[in-house]
Amino acid sequence: MYELQQSLRQFEKRAYDLFMENLVKGTSHLSLGMEAVATGFGRAMHSDDYTFATYRGHAHTIARGAPLGPVMAELLGRENGILKGKGGSMHLTSVEHGMMGSYAIIGAHLCIANGAAWSAQMRGTDQVAVAFFGDGTTNIGAFHEALNFAVIWDLPVVFVCENNLYMEYTPIDLVSAVPNPAADRAAAYGLDRIIVDGNDADAVYEVATSVFDRARRGAGPSLVEAVTYRHGGHSRADPGKYRPAEEVEAWLERDPIPMYHQRLLELGVSESELSAIQQSVAERVEEATEFAKQGAVPAADQLFVDVWSDGGASWRN
Amino acid sequence: MAQLSYRDAVSLGIAQEMRRDPNLVMLGEDIAGAGGVFKTTVGLLDEFGPKRIRDTPISEQAILGAAMGAAMTGIPVIAEIMFSDFLAVCFDIVANEMAKSRYMTGGQVTVPVVIRTANGAGSRFGAQHSQSVENWCMMIPGLKVVAPSNPADVIGLMAAAVRDPDPVVFFEHKSLFATKGEVPSGEIVDELGKATTVRTGSDCTIAALALMVPRALQAADRLAEDGISAEVIDLRSLVPLDTRAILGSVVKTGHLFTVEENPRLCGWGAEVASIVAEEAFWDLDGPVVRITTPHIPLPSAEALEDLALPSVERIYETVRTTMD
Repeated sequence: MYELQQSLRQFEKRAYDLFMENLVKGTSHLSLGMEAVATGFGRAMHSDDYTFATYRGHAHTIARGAPLGPVMAELLGRENGILKGKGGSMHLTSVEHGMMGSYAIIGAHLCIANGAAWSAQMRGTDQVAVAFFGDGTTNIGAFHEALNFAVIWDLPVVFVCENNLYMEYTPIDLVSAVPNPAADRAAAYGLDRIIVDGNDADAVYEVATSVFDRARRGAGPSLVEAVTYRHGGHSRADPGKYRPAEEVEAWLERDPIPMYHQRLLELGVSESELSAIQQSVAERVEEATEFAKQGAVPAADQLFVDVWSDGGASWRN
Repeated sequence: MAQLSYRDAVSLGIAQEMRRDPNLVMLGEDIAGAGGVFKTTVGLLDEFGPKRIRDTPISEQAILGAAMGAAMTGIPVIAEIMFSDFLAVCFDIVANEMAKSRYMTGGQVTVPVVIRTANGAGSRFGAQHSQSVENWCMMIPGLKVVAPSNPADVIGLMAAAVRDPDPVVFFEHKSLFATKGEVPSGEIVDELGKATTVRTGSDCTIAALALMVPRALQAADRLAEDGISAEVIDLRSLVPLDTRAILGSVVKTGHLFTVEENPRLCGWGAEVASIVAEEAFWDLDGPVVRITTPHIPLPSAEALEDLALPSVERIYETVRTTMD
């Protein structure tokens, strides 16, 4: 879990640097500081479980084992990107790794995750579908439709709210009727109120294991609120200046990765072992960056590929 | 050949596909025990059971989201949205999710969903239950759009829609449910994107869809009494669009009329007219004329609703005065 958290952190830091070099265009939503959630849940999943993420989905994609090079190449809009340069940062998907997509409009993917869980139920597998979303999502209708639907159909789906305290630029408590926007609403759907420290990968892993067990037993869905914090702003355009300095400071003190590092030292893992992991991750991120930079820009004819399942884009004869 | 109602053809068309593909499932509001508010799913629960025919809450986003998630993980789905007006409630899933997934994932995701919905006016339901909204879907890259006008086509196009790996919005017309037509026995499978010339003629072409097809045919009968020979084309699907059939007919007749139930602004007739203007301009002997509903919300009162929709009389008069 230390290695995965390091991968997520170093990958996104590099992605940020590449923005600064203007190699990454468009927008991007980093989850620096939130790595423990993707790590804890990612490590608790089976290889054939389904992940559904939001536009802030780099970490969830990498946590499922999607290769760093093609993910980085996608951010650069290259032909060797994981989506062939067609989707970009906000739509990362790797079906072969169970990463069923990053959905850039709030709410929809909770309903779609229900469908994947329904399909698993019908096929009689023990697969679980996991939908990650932010605190802001709890105030759109799809959140409520998805929860009710999942409960009445006993679907093996786990809804994970990554509460990073801000709905984009606005404090979530200014725009929500309850202090814990996911957990406080669980009872409305007959679900348990589950809150976890989203900066503690072990705690997240433990909760994940328990809600996955419940889903695999056929006992239905769960709603988990993982409380965490975004180190940066909402997106590339946002320096996050609206946040009080002391708040940022306090959360930086609780950075999940140094915390985990310290825990491992206390458990007897040596500093040299940990720095070897950091080093090997750094090398992989470097390789991924080179892979991405060497990718060609997509050929013009790709514009007309894959609208339809026959590969084409024709709407008329 | 047997006489069958359009309504019964819907359930027969679904049953045909569910018998063929044991994975195919269906969900929607009031479709199971109640047999559908338009009685278009009668008998399906008895034959296929509650696992394959499932009632849902009034949660259109949840319905289409579940349909998409199941479809992209190996279970093809027919989803019912009771009235096509309600597509607006779940249009994110229709327009942004289902329609875009394949392209933006570089071809990784396939969404074999058929969204069935009752479209169109004539039932005096007012502005929120009577719209023809096929244009909403036609303009979204990644969606196929089908609208049959008769029972045989309902079955054949339903089969084509279900067997198509891409998302298809299947518009059933409320005012056609009670109509009857000849249906051949045995399995019926059509092809999307093939228009039908339902009446041949030499003086002008009338392109129509769904409820407007029988009206165009009646108008053509009256035109024939006046010595005007009208060819009537049933487009059957808007995406893919059979432009070859339209252009071929226009080359022959030199005149094109489109008859559509949509409000006038940006209706599919405008697209058809534009294609013909670009690609068959020199074959035209006069301007393309669009016969549409005015650009208004639909009224409820019988007299007003009838006035809004293109009627046989209006189609006949428009063609006759233009051809004079």
